[in-house]
Amino acid sequence: MSYAAHVWTHLRKDLRLEWRSKDSINGMLFFSLLVVSVFAIAFDPTAFPGISRQISGGLMTVAVLFAAMTALSQSWVRETQNGVLDAHRLAPAPLSALFVGKALANFLFVSAVEVVLAPVFAVFYNLHPLGQTWKLLVILPLGTWALVVNGTFFAALSLRTRNRETLLPLVLLPISIPALLAMIQATTAVLTGEFEPTAWLKLLLAYDVVFTMASVLLFETILNAD
Amino acid sequence: MKIAALQDESVLEGLPEPAVELKRVSRLYGSFVALREVSLRLPAGASAVLLGENGAGKSTLLKVISGLTAPSYGTVQIFGEPPQEQRGRISTMGHATMLYDDLTGMENLIYFAGLNDMGERAALEHIAAEALRAVNLDAANPRRVGEYSQGMRQRASLARALLAQPELLLLDEPFSNLDVGSAHSMIDRLLAYGSESPTRTLLLTTHQAALAQPLAQTTITMQAGSVVSVVERAGAR
Repeated sequence: MSYAAHVWTHLRKDLRLEWRSKDSINGMLFFSLLVVSVFAIAFDPTAFPGISRQISGGLMTVAVLFAAMTALSQSWVRETQNGVLDAHRLAPAPLSALFVGKALANFLFVSAVEVVLAPVFAVFYNLHPLGQTWKLLVILPLGTWALVVNGTFFAALSLRTRNRETLLPLVLLPISIPALLAMIQATTAVLTGEFEPTAWLKLLLAYDVVFTMASVLLFETILNAD
Repeated sequence: MKIAALQDESVLEGLPEPAVELKRVSRLYGSFVALREVSLRLPAGASAVLLGENGAGKSTLLKVISGLTAPSYGTVQIFGEPPQEQRGRISTMGHATMLYDDLTGMENLIYFAGLNDMGERAALEHIAAEALRAVNLDAANPRRVGEYSQGMRQRASLARALLAQPELLLLDEPFSNLDVGSAHSMIDRLLAYGSESPTRTLLLTTHQAALAQPLAQTTITMQAGSVVSVVERAGAR
C-alpha cells in the first residue's frame, strides 16, 4: 500500500469512529457556540460595528482554538483505549501516516464546526466584511491546519503524561502564538479592509509547512519513546 | 528433561540464529527492577510457555521482546535484528484487545489487514472474514467489539494477532476470563497456526500451566524478574 493509501485508511477509520460517537463534533460545537453567545451578550456588537470588525477575528480564533483543544486531547484517547496504539507500533505501516490521517480528521472536524460557527458569528456580530471576503476561504483553512497539526502532535506527545489535559494547552498555546497572530491579523484585515492580509497569509503558510514537516518527521520518535 | 542455566551467557555461543535472543536484559521502572539480567534463546519454530507469579516480570519480558518497551540494559534480537526492525513479523495479544470498541470485528480486522499491507479492499475483506471464521466468530455480525462478550473479545483479539501471519507470536494471559471449552478452542487454533510453518514461534504467559500443556514444548519459569528455569519437553522440536 502506498503512503497515501495508509493515510486514507487511518482517516476513514477516524471519520467512521467520529460519525458513530460524535464526541468531538458535539463538544466543539457546544463550546464554540457558548463562547460566541457569551461575548455577544457581554456587549452589543450592533451598536459598535467598527469595534465589532476589529475584534471578531480574535473572538472567532479564540472560540475555534479552545473548542479544538477539547477535541484534540480526546483524539488520541481512542488509540490508547484497549492498547490499539501498540498494535500500530507493531504493524509495518508508517507511523507518521497515522499522524497525518488523524491530523486530517481533526482538520475536517474543526472545519465542520467553523462552517456552522461562521454564519452564526456573522449574524450575532452583524458582520459585513469591508475587505475581500473570499480570502477568508484561504485564511481559515490555513489557520485551522496550524492549530490542528500542532495540537495533534502535542496531544500525542502528552499521551503518556499524567495531566495531559493540562499539559496540552501549556505546550500548544505558546508555540501557536505566531499562527494565532497571523490568523487573527489576516481575518481582521479582511473584516476591516484597512490593510492587506498578504504578509500574514505568507507567515501562516510558512508556519504550516515548517510545523507539518517537523511533526511528521518527529512523530515516530515521540510515539516510541518510553 | 533438560534444564539450561541461561543466566550463563556462554552457553548461548555458537548456536544457530534463534527467533528470540536476549542477552543480560534488565528493565527498570525507577528503582524497581522488573527484569534482572535475563538471557534467553528461543529457536525459530519453538512453542514456549512462560510461567511465574504475579509481578515475576512475564508481561515486561513480552513487551521487551516485542520492542514495545526498550530494555534498560542488555540486548534483544529477534531473528537476528532489533525488534523495531521486525515490525510486521511480530504480533502480540495482551490483556487489552488492541481493537476499536466502536468498530465491528470485521471493520477492525479489515483496518489492521490494511496496515499490514495485505492487499486491496476485496482481498482485505476476504482475509478478515477468514480470520474471524478461524476463531469461530461471525464475519457478518453487525455488533461492535465494545458490545462483544469477554470471550468474543478475546477471540477477536486473537484473530487480529494472527491476521498478518506473524513469525513470532507473543500472548499475554490469552486464556484468562475464558471458559475451559473456549480456552481449548484457542489452544487448538494456536496449535494449528504453529503447525502451518516450521519457523512460527510462539511464546505465551499463563497461570494455567496444565491448560497450556499442549503448547509447552519449552517451559520457562520466572521469579522476581529473573528466569530461574528453562525446561524442554522430551522429543520437542
